[in-house]
Amino acid sequence: MLTIGPYTFQSRLLLGTGKFADFDTQKQAVAVSETEILTFAVRRMNIFEPTQPNFLEKIDVSSYTLLPNTAGAKTAEEAVRIAQLAKASGLCDMIKVEIIGCDKTLLPDPVETLKATELLLAEGFIVLPYTSDDVLLAKRLQDLGCHAIMPGASPIGSGLGILNPVQLSFIIEQAQVPVIVDAGIGCATDAAQAMELGADAVLLNTAVAGAHNPVKMASAMKHAIIAGRESFEAGRIAKKRYATASSPMEGMSL
Amino acid sequence: MQVLINGVTMTIPIDTNTVVQLLEHLKLNKELAIVEVNQVILQPEERDNTPIKEQDKIEIVQFVGGG
Repeated sequence: MLTIGPYTFQSRLLLGTGKFADFDTQKQAVAVSETEILTFAVRRMNIFEPTQPNFLEKIDVSSYTLLPNTAGAKTAEEAVRIAQLAKASGLCDMIKVEIIGCDKTLLPDPVETLKATELLLAEGFIVLPYTSDDVLLAKRLQDLGCHAIMPGASPIGSGLGILNPVQLSFIIEQAQVPVIVDAGIGCATDAAQAMELGADAVLLNTAVAGAHNPVKMASAMKHAIIAGRESFEAGRIAKKRYATASSPMEGMSL
Repeated sequence: MQVLINGVTMTIPIDTNTVVQLLEHLKLNKELAIVEVNQVILQPEERDNTPIKEQDKIEIVQFVGGG
């Protein structure tokens, strides 16, 4: 069971809603993934296009917890405004703080992220900051009272997987709130690895939306996250340099 | 009357008195629209009665796909 602030979830997979080729595929992928949390961005409506389709119209919104992000913000103030707009939808009170400090790497700005987290907590939001995989920053965010920490595995949309598992494990070890590995997941192995490191959940988007078969990959991610979590809970064996026989040495008929 | 909507100067009918009337005039989905008037973000229940005036600066946003 995943608990974020006042909310509890059975699924440990958070799914982004960007970059899907079409709504039908997306709807199937969402259903197959069994995710309970969907992320969104906030953007201007096209005021000249009354019939613009929206994914929210395709799903039963009441079945999901919506997690809007502040993507597009470069400062804490911009992020707070986007969060306030999102909350004014009347659909949610959670916010993923995403303040990008570099257009090339899309890595988050730690100073602005910290500032925005503090401001949004003061306004009563359930705050999930997207951060770099820095343990001290994670601690500082936690000390502010954020409801989950979301360190990136690698740059957004890169599919590079977990570049620094040691650093990520440091964050997980000290965490008092859920750690949700966010960004950079490329395939099911990466999602399972995040869970085996002890992450509480994984947030991914491009790995599913950009897969050759998004629906099948959504299913793969669901299974990988369940498998990774069970593997973590079961406790892996210690690694050693040389072999240990699995079969008994006694009673051989040779 | 002239207003600025999402950065575009538009002329809207003079009898567009409220935000909800503006959304209806633009034929936008009222359930999805999040509206800010002169940098004040409106809660859903405030849309019906919030007046629109000449030269108002209006932002209309919504949730879109994102990660």
